[in-house]
Amino acid sequence: MNLNRREFFRVAGIAAATPLLERCVEAAGGELSGESYGCLVDLTRCIGCRKCEQACNVVQRLPAPERSFDDLLVLEKPRRMDSHTFTVVNRVHTGVVDEHGRPVPTYIKLQCMHCLDPACVSACPVGALTRKENGAVHYNASRCIGCRYCMVSCPFQVPCYEYQDPLTPRVRKCTFCFEQRLAEGKIPGCIGVCPVEALTFGPRSQLLETARKRIQDDPGRYIQHIYGEKEVGGTGWLYLSGVSFDRLGFQKLPERPMPKLPETIQHGLYSYLWAPIVLFGALGGVMKLTARKAPGGTPEEREEGAES
Amino acid sequence: MNAHAQPAALRAPFWTPGVLVMFAFIAAALFFIVARYTGGLGAVTNLSDAYPWGLWIGIDVATGVALAAGGFTSAALVHIFGRHAYESVTRPALLTAVLGYTFVSLALVVDIGRSWTIWHPIVYHQGNSVLFEVAMCVVTYLHVLYIEFIPIVAEQYRGRVHLPGPLAVLNRPVDAFLGFADRILDKVMWVFIIAGVVLSCMHQSGLGSLLLIAPTKVHPLWYTPILPLLFLMSAIAVGFPMIIVENGLASASFELQDESGLLARLSRVTIFLLGAYLVVKLGDLFARGAHVHLWEGTTQSKAFLVEVVLGVIAPWCLLLSSRIRSSRRGLFIASALIVGGVALNRVNVFLVSFQPPYAETSYFPSIGEIVITTGFIAALMLVYRVLVTYLPILSPKSREVASS
Repeated sequence: MNLNRREFFRVAGIAAATPLLERCVEAAGGELSGESYGCLVDLTRCIGCRKCEQACNVVQRLPAPERSFDDLLVLEKPRRMDSHTFTVVNRVHTGVVDEHGRPVPTYIKLQCMHCLDPACVSACPVGALTRKENGAVHYNASRCIGCRYCMVSCPFQVPCYEYQDPLTPRVRKCTFCFEQRLAEGKIPGCIGVCPVEALTFGPRSQLLETARKRIQDDPGRYIQHIYGEKEVGGTGWLYLSGVSFDRLGFQKLPERPMPKLPETIQHGLYSYLWAPIVLFGALGGVMKLTARKAPGGTPEEREEGAES
Repeated sequence: MNAHAQPAALRAPFWTPGVLVMFAFIAAALFFIVARYTGGLGAVTNLSDAYPWGLWIGIDVATGVALAAGGFTSAALVHIFGRHAYESVTRPALLTAVLGYTFVSLALVVDIGRSWTIWHPIVYHQGNSVLFEVAMCVVTYLHVLYIEFIPIVAEQYRGRVHLPGPLAVLNRPVDAFLGFADRILDKVMWVFIIAGVVLSCMHQSGLGSLLLIAPTKVHPLWYTPILPLLFLMSAIAVGFPMIIVENGLASASFELQDESGLLARLSRVTIFLLGAYLVVKLGDLFARGAHVHLWEGTTQSKAFLVEVVLGVIAPWCLLLSSRIRSSRRGLFIASALIVGGVALNRVNVFLVSFQPPYAETSYFPSIGEIVITTGFIAALMLVYRVLVTYLPILSPKSREVASS
């Protein structure tokens, strides 16, 4: 009974989302050029309707959620992504009130940030994670060994894992609809479906211009910070906000890309394997020197041995 | 002289109460391993999206690798720096390393989500990844260790290979292989010994580099750009104490040659190695200004204090006294503290220090994780016992010494 009900909503959801998705195909204008794409999230526009969550669920063929996407009561509690939810919208009350004294919430869409220099891509020992030219951070399950180092390394705590799968668990995260849409010149599901244009798709450089222009045109509406412009070396997804990002639960992150330090150390020591080769040579030299001495050891050692 | 410390097969009786206990631990672990391969990692572990690494990475892998450091430190001391007086400690240390790395690999098979893809790093290279470097070093070093171990097997069985039952047809080929390998290895062993030390330095430090990619998730008491150096220095420092602890444990269950004089002298090197580690660790802590976190009273600050005070400073002070060094019990306690300190350091770095930004609960290992870990340790000890029974690794008490 319950299942049927759920299934009904799922089908209804697909039906509702499909025309919207088709419409946004045209919006993308066919082929995407070789640029790095991203998305601008305008938190001052988002109304928390969860349509993006639903579109994601449909496009990615994820299992139907326990509670319908129309149920806005799920916003009562902050949520995180999980192995079958690639994006969530959370409601945050920052104390801002409207002219009638009613609290004005901020809705925050979360998903993979598609970093320009992603920690997960640097961490993955087998290259299962790669950053595509169009900006999508892409996961290839057939290479993955399941070490979960990507999850350890991600500063945004995004990748999730299929812990219940005994043999073929996958890392799960927003794909920027790489396989489903981007590769065919279509824009990601969540972006196309947004009814209030809180989500803007485009080349990252252009999005930054758009963001700056919005701030300039309406300085009262926005704070002077584009989250993701500089954080961890830049992210594909950028955020505009009317209140300080600290108050919305966004982390203060360094501007240096996360992989910088470990990669500098690794390449410093292991380019052409110079450090191991030098160490090998040095130890070989020491070995040769000591081997020349009498096999019984140095006189000092023989003396030491006699103590016992 | 310790010349009478001659390694030999111990031929001790196998079925002791201790061995039965080991089997019980292994059986319990097997139960949970079956559960892991039917219900997934989620069925037996407390791992989550926030805490993707748990006890198996902290203990089985990170601590396992660190405590196997006796293998390369003793090889370097004896074969490279020519301190042949310490020859007798190299074999048990080598065995510990062989078993340590074997079980590190087995634990990894269980821990990674797609166990059968464990070979992928050998084929799919990703040169930017610290974990790739560590994986390749561990794989190579494991082979080097097995090669270093062949002469011990050859010494015992060359010319008298008697495999049971139908395996007997393999007697000649195995014998021929042992003879061949023994002859060749005699000439080229130096390559493997040096390679073993180089590979160890690479991945011991590499393990420390693993968490450098997550500066915002690792507590500042541990997060430092010189984490790889600290991992290397602590691995080198823990090598000899681990040998001393093992000797103490082995002596408790076998009649072994008393080597306390030799071990006491060995521990003098540790004063220097551990002291250097302590100076660099504390110097770095104050240079970064992270010492302000010492008295926060949090789990992290307490764990750090225990690690440094009880695991480094206390045993270092103990070792300074020659009376303690020359007392069997004193030396054992000091060494055990160092071993515990390094083990706690690895657990601290990989588990205690790890603070994901959006975690709702903190991680604590599940019963299943603990049982599988203890099962692996029990299996390691059991195999150790079997091998020292049949192979010339430990030095049994000689008759003359026993009667005098």
